Amino acid sequence: MELNGKVPPGPISEKWTKYKSSMPLVSPDNKRRLDVIVVGTGLAGGAAAASLGELGYNVKCFTFHDSPRRAHSIAAQGGINAAKNYKNDGDSVHRLFYDTVKGGDYRSREANVHRLAEVSVNIIDQCVAQGVPFAREYSGMLDNRSFGGVQVQRTFYARGQTGQQLLIGAYQALSRQVSNGTVTLYNRHEMLDVVLIDGKARGIIARNLVTGKVERFAAHCVVLATGGYGNVFYLSTNAMNCNVTAAWRAVRRGALMANPCFTQIHPTCIPQYGDYQSKLTLMSESLRNDGRVWVPKKKEDAEAIRQGKKRGIDIPEADRDYYLERRYPAFGNLVPRDVASRAAKVECDKGHGIVPTGLGVYLDFADAIERYGKSKAHSMNLENPSPEKIRELGEKVVEEKYGNLFEMYEKITGEDPYKMPMKIYPAVHYTMGGLWVDYNLETNIPGLFALGECNFSDHGANRLGASALMQGLADGYFVIPYTIGTFLADEIRTPRFSTDAPEFEAAEKAVTDRLQGFLKNNGNQSAESFHRRLGKIMWDYCGMSRNAEGLKKARKMIQELREEFYKDVYVPGSLDEYNPELEKVARVADFIEMGELMCLDALERNESCGGHFREESQTPEGEALRDDANYAFVSAWGWTDTSKEPELHKEPLKFEAIELKTRSYK
Amino acid sequence: MKLTLKVWRQKNAKDKGHFETYQVTANEHMSFLEMLDVLNESLISEKKDPVYFDHDCREGICGTCSMVINGQPHGPMQGTTACQLHMRHFKDGNTITIEPFRAKAFPVVKDLVVDRSAFDRIMQAGGYISVDTGQAVDGNSIPIGKETAAKAFDAAACIGCGACVAACPNASAMLFVSAKVSHLGLLPQGKVEAKRRALNMVHQMDEEGFGMCSNVTACEAECPKEISVDNIARLNREYIGAAFTADEK
Repeated sequence: MELNGKVPPGPISEKWTKYKSSMPLVSPDNKRRLDVIVVGTGLAGGAAAASLGELGYNVKCFTFHDSPRRAHSIAAQGGINAAKNYKNDGDSVHRLFYDTVKGGDYRSREANVHRLAEVSVNIIDQCVAQGVPFAREYSGMLDNRSFGGVQVQRTFYARGQTGQQLLIGAYQALSRQVSNGTVTLYNRHEMLDVVLIDGKARGIIARNLVTGKVERFAAHCVVLATGGYGNVFYLSTNAMNCNVTAAWRAVRRGALMANPCFTQIHPTCIPQYGDYQSKLTLMSESLRNDGRVWVPKKKEDAEAIRQGKKRGIDIPEADRDYYLERRYPAFGNLVPRDVASRAAKVECDKGHGIVPTGLGVYLDFADAIERYGKSKAHSMNLENPSPEKIRELGEKVVEEKYGNLFEMYEKITGEDPYKMPMKIYPAVHYTMGGLWVDYNLETNIPGLFALGECNFSDHGANRLGASALMQGLADGYFVIPYTIGTFLADEIRTPRFSTDAPEFEAAEKAVTDRLQGFLKNNGNQSAESFHRRLGKIMWDYCGMSRNAEGLKKARKMIQELREEFYKDVYVPGSLDEYNPELEKVARVADFIEMGELMCLDALERNESCGGHFREESQTPEGEALRDDANYAFVSAWGWTDTSKEPELHKEPLKFEAIELKTRSYK
Repeated sequence: MKLTLKVWRQKNAKDKGHFETYQVTANEHMSFLEMLDVLNESLISEKKDPVYFDHDCREGICGTCSMVINGQPHGPMQGTTACQLHMRHFKDGNTITIEPFRAKAFPVVKDLVVDRSAFDRIMQAGGYISVDTGQAVDGNSIPIGKETAAKAFDAAACIGCGACVAACPNASAMLFVSAKVSHLGLLPQGKVEAKRRALNMVHQMDEEGFGMCSNVTACEAECPKEISVDNIARLNREYIGAAFTADEK
């Protein structure tokens, strides 16, 4: 299949502007007659549904949550990037574009990333206008901080709850459209299939999760904004209900899944502490602005700490290895996530880990507390302040910046991070891969669009911090409202679709039969137990470090797991009732297939880039070694019939504005 | 640690519902919801219906989890959602009672799961600033004092979980409504519609069947985000002001 990215012609900085002004338009009168389904109400979906509603389209918006405000965007902590250059530190649209392409290890589509950088400035303005209470300076101006992989301050934030505040902004805009009657909201409805008529996406099958009824919904086109697939790993920082089902059902109908092996392992999460654990908790990257990452230099010290005989604060300065500062002096503790995660793994593999499992490093705020304390004492004109006073003042400053994160850490671990260094370890956090889309964010199925984490387009092989919120809102507020017109302008004569069409009937039957199949299975093991086993396979063989042998083994193990799953999974209850176990089993079935595809993609890509580290491809110093000659392409997998091998299609990546270079943060 | 759980089981909104007693073995590092996961795994292995409860992020921010633990919404810890509550705060041999949030406006879906869509409808009645996408001026064109932004943030930190309603003897939603009215009304961008917003949101709150506020302030005590009842005072001021201003009707 020829994959056409539909990138408009012209110099990179003019593409979007020119394209926007030459796009086909849909008149207001026609918009009213066109139906759009938006699935998902996170930053991308919520923003899209609200903006499309404002334009006058007739929008039906779906979420499996009890309210649109629960979408997982809400959990994003640190911030959102924008090339505002308010700090006068040399930032620009081009620099944000460059940082994002480089941060993604040159595996994203240039034109999409440039557009993202361009609209980033509008996002901040839009959110301020909606009432998002961003952090301010005493002057009343917006405040900024730094994130990894970047040497400017361009991250806007609302304490450690930026995602929450941005999502509430989108939710409020959405609520306004619901009240205006342009958007109809379907809470607690889960999409279980996309319906194609004459090859175009014309509706979905969704289950009403309260009544259990499987229902049909028709529209002129369908927009998926259903997030990422990090929960393939079972343990991740994703919310419990995040899943790949909507995207995967689209793949089963012919959509392509792009770069599935590109997953982000976030360096700063609270380490795992038990087998019963249901999820992992992120500690925002913003903490690396002030926290220093270290492990004991001596293995004896690490061992003593693991056994509880010593504590982090007992290790003298000279015996600490601040390995990020040592290995990457230019970026230090603020190297990108993939680099920081791998470095933590290297230290722990060498035996320097500091939690009982051996999988943990320190993130230490003692220096920051002292630095801030001294500066505060100075500004208060305190002469010769005592160390206690400095500490007290410093802790206050740190509390102001990261208070809620420190509180969350203490609640979970029972330890006070103001006094003892935090213990952290990498965990699955985000997926850069996703449905293949062109410049219009349209998948290879006409009329089926994918936004936000659900698509693959902007982050390449590694996402920089504070860019997920930016992309979700860019796609929802500023891209799809324009690009959806490229499809809908040709549909103005298409009458509304009836859900009595045979395509709807067949799709509904397929969904119902599949769910009934699970219910009748009457095996002995819970969906949860299979999910946990899948996650273990994925983490062991397709996690921070991968090799051909392991990936082949993992694929086989997953195939065996799938067979056992269909034989022995047990689901209580019935179809016609509120039944979260039934929801879960269908999601786990899709995770199993997705997991297999991830292993295959990781095997196929015999290079290291971003979050994808192949042991066979590394420099003598152990850094990732990219292979541009053979792998400068997007892998887009088709897999409609899972009894056959998946099919690989390639979209070559052309770099016109940026020169391909070895990515270095040294 | 060995625990006895008395859990509310209710098939659907029409069912009368009853308590059932379970024994569960947990450890002190588990979160409260992970302890319930353990119970559910054992129920499923016996092919019994698990105890259904709403949950999602398990980080205390999405507002999905909603249960009354030993008589308190989200349990005994101050400023903590049920998902962030850890078993180290309970003792071996404890009996723990778990119920859904109870309010006329929050009908039970099943077991501990309730329908909080009334909150969505209150938001739809006016919990927003009427700005279309693409109309905004530069983010720094209107300076907002650090203190004002912080106060607005404190109100905006509401996670919409409904604990305030569950805590209130009148099942009033005043803390929820006042948090939104304060968040938006404190900011210059939201002032234009402040009066209309207060009137419309309060009207919808009444329509949904939430009770009146009688200044018990249990809402503030139980709020996992520690939203202050000062917001209610602000709402009352806004509402009374609006009620006496004819042009905003």
